[in-house]
Amino acid sequence: MGEILDIAFISGLMGATMRMATPIIFATLGEILSERAGVLNLGIEGIMLMGAMTGFLFTFSTGSIWFGVFAAACVGMLLGLLMALLSVNLGLSQHVSGLGITLFASGLAMFIYRLHFGAPTVPPIIEPFQQVALPVLSRIPVIGPGLFTQYSLTYIAWLLVPAMSILLYKTKIGLKIRTVGENPVVADTVGVNVTLTRTLCLVAGGALMGIGGAFLTLAHQNMFLIEVIGGRGWVAIAMVIFGNWDPLKGTIGALIFGFLDGLQLRLQSVGLVIPFHIFLMIPYLLTIVALISVSRRAAVPAGLLKPYRREEKGG
Amino acid sequence: MIRFRIIKREPLPGWAKIVIPIAAILVTLILSAIPILLAGGHLWKSYFYLFYGALGTRYNLLETFVKASPLLLTGLAVAFAFRAKFWNIGAEGQLLAGALTATVFGVHMGSFPAVMVLPTIIIAGFLGGGIWASIPALLKTKLKVDDVVSTLLLNYVMIHIMGALLFGPLQQPGSSWPRSAAIIEAARYPILMARSRFHMGIIISFAAVLIIWFINKKTIFGYQSKAVGINIRAAHFGGINTTSVILWTALISGGLAGLAGVGELCALQYRLIMDISPGYGYSGIVIAMLGNLHPVGVLFSSLFFSVIIVGAHTMSRMTGVPTYIAEVIQGMALMVMLIFLLFTEYKIRVMRK
Repeated sequence: MGEILDIAFISGLMGATMRMATPIIFATLGEILSERAGVLNLGIEGIMLMGAMTGFLFTFSTGSIWFGVFAAACVGMLLGLLMALLSVNLGLSQHVSGLGITLFASGLAMFIYRLHFGAPTVPPIIEPFQQVALPVLSRIPVIGPGLFTQYSLTYIAWLLVPAMSILLYKTKIGLKIRTVGENPVVADTVGVNVTLTRTLCLVAGGALMGIGGAFLTLAHQNMFLIEVIGGRGWVAIAMVIFGNWDPLKGTIGALIFGFLDGLQLRLQSVGLVIPFHIFLMIPYLLTIVALISVSRRAAVPAGLLKPYRREEKGG
Repeated sequence: MIRFRIIKREPLPGWAKIVIPIAAILVTLILSAIPILLAGGHLWKSYFYLFYGALGTRYNLLETFVKASPLLLTGLAVAFAFRAKFWNIGAEGQLLAGALTATVFGVHMGSFPAVMVLPTIIIAGFLGGGIWASIPALLKTKLKVDDVVSTLLLNYVMIHIMGALLFGPLQQPGSSWPRSAAIIEAARYPILMARSRFHMGIIISFAAVLIIWFINKKTIFGYQSKAVGINIRAAHFGGINTTSVILWTALISGGLAGLAGVGELCALQYRLIMDISPGYGYSGIVIAMLGNLHPVGVLFSSLFFSVIIVGAHTMSRMTGVPTYIAEVIQGMALMVMLIFLLFTEYKIRVMRK
């Protein structure tokens, strides 16, 4: 009996790990794309909240959950474009532009939600994503049911990880992106449009962040709460550093965070002597520990945080 | 084909430093018409109630000062740290740390002479916030951990520490809510004006403006802190102990944010609750930027935001525009200010090819 419970617990924990890692994977990949092109996007937390709200709002209004995901991606792209406008085109401080976007987007998300739904005593809900069991794979004993019965967005996240690796390391576009991030002057000399590359990376990265946020309101939960993101955007930023700006390593970080988050949820439901806030704290604390462990060997893209302006000749 | 280029311009005269923030505020207010109209609010009525709600009556005007006090302290906290390029995004957590330490003292100092109580609590709150801020400073200087990320993450750690304590040792006996016992009578900030909530903390926050201005302008430490902000390597080679400067900067910055927490506790709530701060730490970032990291600038921008936040409530009641408009306006103000600041250093040249 105890053994069966253990297997159920492990299987459930694996499933939860995957679920809780999904939004972080999306966000981490989006941030890696932006930072590889040389722009730290601190707008991530706000973009995720806007994505979460927009996804929920459109799903609620149209009844189509995929339309919600699409809308969240579009809003993420728009905010990515705004970030590009401020930090790339105008060359403003990336730190401050990003924080500005987070504050603006967070305010906007709450404002629009309030505008549309008022202040109901019972929050409105949607019909969320259903988990899809992959044929054959989900029937593997112990690990199968947990790992391979997931939301579609989780499977998409899995596919995106190798896709992002291939894009960055195996394609011409990836080479351009990395050159722009490492040395914009060289990139410009060889004819790569630095501004355009950075802008496109921020736009595409914003889409991923928006979808990551939408996962939380369309799959993980079925409602929008103001604290729904709860610092996951910042965790993703940390995962980028932890993963040394590599999609695969960043994803491993996201999975560790997902595991701790999932464990925390499970332990909460079991009922504990220790206050659950201690468990809520652990993922953030360990993220900091992870940052300490990698800080000395961090391979920061050399062009990160540096706005690029072509030198004017002849005034 | 027309192309736009951003090029450096001659330094602007001194009056521009005053005109530009004011212009940024005006542009922000004009842009605010978009969300107001989207919300179906009557435009002039909305603007009227925004300002009437904040300045129109004696009580509301004093409330605007009450609201400005924590904003001013977190704004100063962020400005002081940013000036040294210590990217302290953790004022929110430091505010909570200050409120938390102040609560511990405020609840348990019943047997002490009354004159000792408030000074002790204020110092404890300052140190609570300051020490919490020195953690990311140590991580930055000793272990090269990015301060933006660590200060942000520590905000969430502090929220959960507070949660664990408010459901645990600090919880009011007999209560099932996450709230502490009330602080003792002697731990309350005196109210300075009858029929209002205008309290001693407001005086403390205004005094902090003077003190920070003095540190920045008149002390060696202020000079060193600025030098570290401009070029940390040059400062190091110039003989400044940059590690120590960053640590002290963090301690003062976090301490200021901690004082904001003490004020909310000892002047308004009288007990620690989970939502003691509606994000004052994050607003502090906008306020610091809008104030151009200068203490006097921070004073005015905190007053401006306080008007917006206090006024938004009246506006919301009278016109139905959600109070979150205040957050939207804050975000817009930051971006407008950034763009305006850019044009103090650069200008756009239109080029034809």
